Amino acid sequence: MESFKNSRIKNIILPVVGVAALYMIVQFLISSELLNPYYQIILFLIGINIILAVSLNLINGITGQFSIGHAGFMSVGAYMGAVCTVKLGYPFVVAIIAAFLVAGIMGLFIGVPTLRLRGDYLAIATLGFGEIVRVVLLNIDYVGGAAGIIGIPQLTNWAWLFGSVVITIVVIQNFIRSSHGRACIAIREDELAAELMGVNTTLYKVLAFSIGAAFAGLAGALYAHYFFLIQPTNFNFLKSFDILVMVVLGGMGSTSGCVLAAIFLTIISALLQSFTEVRMILYALVLIIVMIRRPQGLMGNKELSLNLLGKFRRRDKHAAVRDKVTE
Amino acid sequence: MPLLEIKSLNKTFGGLAALMDLNLTLDKGELVGLIGPNGAGKTTAFNLITGVYQPDSGNIDFHGEKIQGKKPYAICKRGIARTFQNIRLFNELTVLENVEVAFHKDVGYGVLSAIFRTPSFFKGEASIKEQATEILDIFGLKMKVDERSGSLPYGEQRRLEIARAMATKPQLLILDEPAAGMNPLETAELMKLIRWIRERFNLTILLIEHDMSLVMGVCERIYVLDFGRVIAQGLPEKIRSDPKVIEAYLGEEAG
Repeated sequence: MESFKNSRIKNIILPVVGVAALYMIVQFLISSELLNPYYQIILFLIGINIILAVSLNLINGITGQFSIGHAGFMSVGAYMGAVCTVKLGYPFVVAIIAAFLVAGIMGLFIGVPTLRLRGDYLAIATLGFGEIVRVVLLNIDYVGGAAGIIGIPQLTNWAWLFGSVVITIVVIQNFIRSSHGRACIAIREDELAAELMGVNTTLYKVLAFSIGAAFAGLAGALYAHYFFLIQPTNFNFLKSFDILVMVVLGGMGSTSGCVLAAIFLTIISALLQSFTEVRMILYALVLIIVMIRRPQGLMGNKELSLNLLGKFRRRDKHAAVRDKVTE
Repeated sequence: MPLLEIKSLNKTFGGLAALMDLNLTLDKGELVGLIGPNGAGKTTAFNLITGVYQPDSGNIDFHGEKIQGKKPYAICKRGIARTFQNIRLFNELTVLENVEVAFHKDVGYGVLSAIFRTPSFFKGEASIKEQATEILDIFGLKMKVDERSGSLPYGEQRRLEIARAMATKPQLLILDEPAAGMNPLETAELMKLIRWIRERFNLTILLIEHDMSLVMGVCERIYVLDFGRVIAQGLPEKIRSDPKVIEAYLGEEAG
């Protein structure tokens, strides 16, 4: 009973307290203006990138379907959200939900035909999808064409952003750590064996793809309502690659790794803003060094968790005992 | 009614006839071997039965119901499970998780239940874990539940693959060269295991094997394939002395 209570405290109460504390500290920093606008922008970019990386990880790292069109779904969400608030005058909640749903449905439509393809073929098909979305948006006058949508109200505040990041991580993590998530990992490990063990592989590939796309749409809506203006060029394939790099760097299959990589890379690229000429060279160098030192990514496919920390502690204890014995 | 009935099954790959007019019946509780030289079409037959390939023509009936044209996962749900010639475990998953995947088809909760962590999620997960542990206990792998399956020794990987197939609760188990790469001692142990699971689970087994001692030792009936055709069938003693079989295996001169 004692240990049950203990594990409950460790698994539920501690993270909730930690998350609430983080929220309040940052909220305090923002409202007391200790965090200047420049750092605020970095902070909001980190949050949006976490959502993008964690959702792409579900597709690439967990289900093993190599998609590089994530910015396409982000732009669908961004435009959907902006149209809702700017053109139709709906409240922000509606815009967020619409962006989430429409991007998810888009994921379904793209996923059904493309997920028959494997490996590089799928990568090229998703890349093509991202470009199609961009070019289509460029040619629709209703959403401003190349000029994009201007004057989007800045409705994304810290509460919305933080809430969205937490929901994304919790939903995707809960999905992964269930029988359904195990089915997805089985597909990554061996698609044929998974199918022959009774896993409906088509269903789970499409499902993971649409969930990932829906959260990319959410990230897009948050992005649009923070930066005032969106243009098709914000969501070109370079943006897709940025997200992909975060997933690969963090460790394919590790949600916490993706969170760390999203934070790390967003900060690095912000710091490098001041060296405009050599920025991309330095950024690439950082990536090359990390990939040489840790080819499996920062976290591999492990997760950072309180249990893991507990294990380290226990190992230390054992080590201490051993040391005593050898003495 | 036979459990599995294959009638005049044909499959070609391009110009190559992999299987021609295959007829095969399995009654409930039988242990039947499928042998033949390399490239005779044995694995193709398995892939047709489990839905990996679609036949060009012919019928596959399981429990008197047509199963050709169905997806592999649907065929698995009807009660046919298999292992692979080259082991195909989910290497990065633990031993326990490998078996848990096989229980996924009967998962008692939906995606939303998993996301919101409803009571049915906890109940379902507990039941999956309990059943998976039970299966692993039966196959003597309980000590290894938390190990990465890819890091198990070869013999245990084979055993885990059979355990995973059994976790789908099949009525027909198809083993594709289960003794491949095993030494005589391991093969003898495998023979014991195969006989034992048949008794324990009241199972029908169809196996492909190159190891003649295993085939002759456990199978009650044998089909011999050569160039996509059945050239002989019957009891092991009959097969052993069949001139056509000797010819197929050893060449004409020796016959």
